[in-house]
Amino acid sequence: MRFHMKMNGARIMLECLKKEGVDTVFGYPGGTVINLYDELFNFKEIHHILPRHEQAGTHAADGYARATGKVGVAIATSGPGATNTVTGIATAYMDSTPMVIITGQVPTALIGNDAFQEVDIIGITRPCTKHSFLIRDVKDIALTMKKAFYLARSGRPGPVLVDFPKDVQMAMGEFHYPETVEIRGYKPNLSGHPRQVEKAVAMILDSKRPVMYVGGGAVLGNAAEPLTALARKLSVPVTTTLMGLGAFPENDDLSLGMLGMHGAYCANMAMSNSDLIIAIGARFDDRVTGKLSTFAPHAKIIHIDVDPTSIKKNVRVDLPIVGDVNDVLTKMIKQVDKSDDKLPGFIADLASWNADIADWKEKHPLSYKQSSTVIKPQFVIQKLRELSDDDAIISTDVGQHQMWTAQFFKFNKPRTLLTSGGLGTMGFGLPSAMGAQAAYPDRQVITICGDGGIQMNIQEMATLVQNRLPVKIVILNNNFLGMVRQWQELFFDKRYSSTCMELPINYIKLADAYGAKGFLAKKPGEVEDVIKQGFEEKGPVIMEFMIAREEKVLPMVPAGASLNEMVLNA
Amino acid sequence: MQHTISVIVENDFGVLSRVATLFSGRGFNIESLSVAPTNEDGLSRMTIVTRGDEQVLEQINKQLNKLIDVLKVLDFSDDSAIERELALIKVSAEDDARAEVLRVVDIFRAKIIDVTPKSYTIEATGNPLKIDAILDLLRPLGLKEVVRTGSVAIGRGAKGWNG
Ligand SMILES: Cc1ncc(C[n+]2csc(CCOP(=O)(O)OP(=O)(O)O)c2C)c(N)n1
Ligand SMILES: [Mg+2]
Repeated sequence: MRFHMKMNGARIMLECLKKEGVDTVFGYPGGTVINLYDELFNFKEIHHILPRHEQAGTHAADGYARATGKVGVAIATSGPGATNTVTGIATAYMDSTPMVIITGQVPTALIGNDAFQEVDIIGITRPCTKHSFLIRDVKDIALTMKKAFYLARSGRPGPVLVDFPKDVQMAMGEFHYPETVEIRGYKPNLSGHPRQVEKAVAMILDSKRPVMYVGGGAVLGNAAEPLTALARKLSVPVTTTLMGLGAFPENDDLSLGMLGMHGAYCANMAMSNSDLIIAIGARFDDRVTGKLSTFAPHAKIIHIDVDPTSIKKNVRVDLPIVGDVNDVLTKMIKQVDKSDDKLPGFIADLASWNADIADWKEKHPLSYKQSSTVIKPQFVIQKLRELSDDDAIISTDVGQHQMWTAQFFKFNKPRTLLTSGGLGTMGFGLPSAMGAQAAYPDRQVITICGDGGIQMNIQEMATLVQNRLPVKIVILNNNFLGMVRQWQELFFDKRYSSTCMELPINYIKLADAYGAKGFLAKKPGEVEDVIKQGFEEKGPVIMEFMIAREEKVLPMVPAGASLNEMVLNA
Repeated sequence: MQHTISVIVENDFGVLSRVATLFSGRGFNIESLSVAPTNEDGLSRMTIVTRGDEQVLEQINKQLNKLIDVLKVLDFSDDSAIERELALIKVSAEDDARAEVLRVVDIFRAKIIDVTPKSYTIEATGNPLKIDAILDLLRPLGLKEVVRTGSVAIGRGAKGWNG
């Protein structure tokens, strides 16, 4: 018989994290996790990073997970610590990030008594978690954590919350980590049905104007490789959503870039004129489809997704394939190989479709008017691409700068763009970059933020400096809540209600206050120098660019309009 | 379209609120909901009567299946199930009305389970339409209080829900 040492619940929790291969956690201490932190003090296998706000800690765990594909872990104390994580959890949920959030809870005997710093965090987060657990007994910790990690990373990934009362952390127990786990109500269907795959390939080979519409699922499902192979084999053009950027190289001729509200003209025209849309890990979000009743009027739709609820939620689907996107695409490649008698004819027939697309690309490429006096934000993004490493990781905040990044950076590799697509959370940029940098200390990590959103988690400058995380912070400063201002300009007769940031901030001094470096560019001629100086710095830096204040993100499909009714220049 | 769904769930902490949150969060409609343990250890069964077009019903079905605590969703679309509901009905009945109440009770094969000089309490079971019908007849006589369990449903034939 093996001898098992007794240990307290807090220690058991850390042993579980170690078993799950967790090397970094982002957490903030407090009364109901003080026992956990006491164990962490001597637990060398896990690197703990202390953010300056639990929301940022949760975004950091999210950024870590998006960049690596591993499960991100965040810790917070009960009550206000737990409620501070809610925005981070909802952000992760909307973009299906695998994450485990451990919250302290008041002792089990006090639950329900409105104890000090008690909050029903499971209740509060129920609609924005994949699942949640309350651990009531020390002997349940290991199995619960095994389930939590399994749920977070499998099927359609998502955040799982584990509420961990203080008395359970203190109780003594033995640690046995289960080898496997079975959850009888949870059987994600990963393997795409061979009949459906056959039908899909037949539909593709019968189509004349096919387009692949790729979403974040292709990134989450690590399907960039089979996706690229399949598209090239078939010569079918590919457009991605904001979340799908990087799943297909934008420097490929078949790439149409991003579609949707601020997508490329050619991408939206391709969708509107297509006779077959192959949706891959995408969910027909309203920012992508525009007006539903006129969306892709001529197209049949094949929809591949691991989550059956995504299929037929917003649009009719002619052929659903439930399964892991990597599995399905790999099977499709094999099936295409079996149909190679049809392939040359199919590809030859695509010539006129690809010519239409080339026309659209040429007619209205993504563009902007360069200026010699004032910095254009798109120019900064292009320069950043030019001067940054090939495998640099870019995170963004939310607003105009996010869309300019999506339009002009050109992403060629998966997991190199971290952005809050579903929830659109301002304040995500800096902490998510921090998480990615913690995962990859040697890669270049750049966050591109607006002057509004950067202030929402600016306190993380301290975390960067303290932990020597050399994140390069780019601020595109228009002194406006630019995206809202753009809507006010276009749809509210320029009534700029509360979107002007009246008070200019001296970001160089601010960087200095945190012990970091700051650089400022006011003229187009200074852009390149500032970027080079920033990249050369060993530590975290702020690079601020005073940009054309009223530059708009274009083209634009106004909310509620059809995809092919784009405003090209307003 | 009205629709009855049975949901087999782990009878874990919070499962009822997960289902309720799902319905309220997505704007699905609940006409009635009943829940109780089954003959199998650790499992409960919910019967939900809902309303919606085909696409909504498909989403309800899929979204329920997506909940981790849900083992199985049984969708009783056509006449594949037998539905029953129980109602406890208190009517005020004095003088002539007393005989009329008894006649209605008799016709519907319901039972008197409590009686006072001024009232009867009736237990009625049957499919929900039958309960509606008895209530319609008793209403003019003076309904004081009605408690309905909501539908429960079971599939026809020899097979159980899991075979
Ligand atoms: C937390 C949060 N609050 C409000 C919004 C609404 N919102 C979307 S974009 C935006 C403006 C962002 O301004 P800024 O960070 O300066 O970026 P810009 O658009 O100017 O590039 C606002 C307020 C949001 N997305 N998130
Ligand atoms: Mg701004």
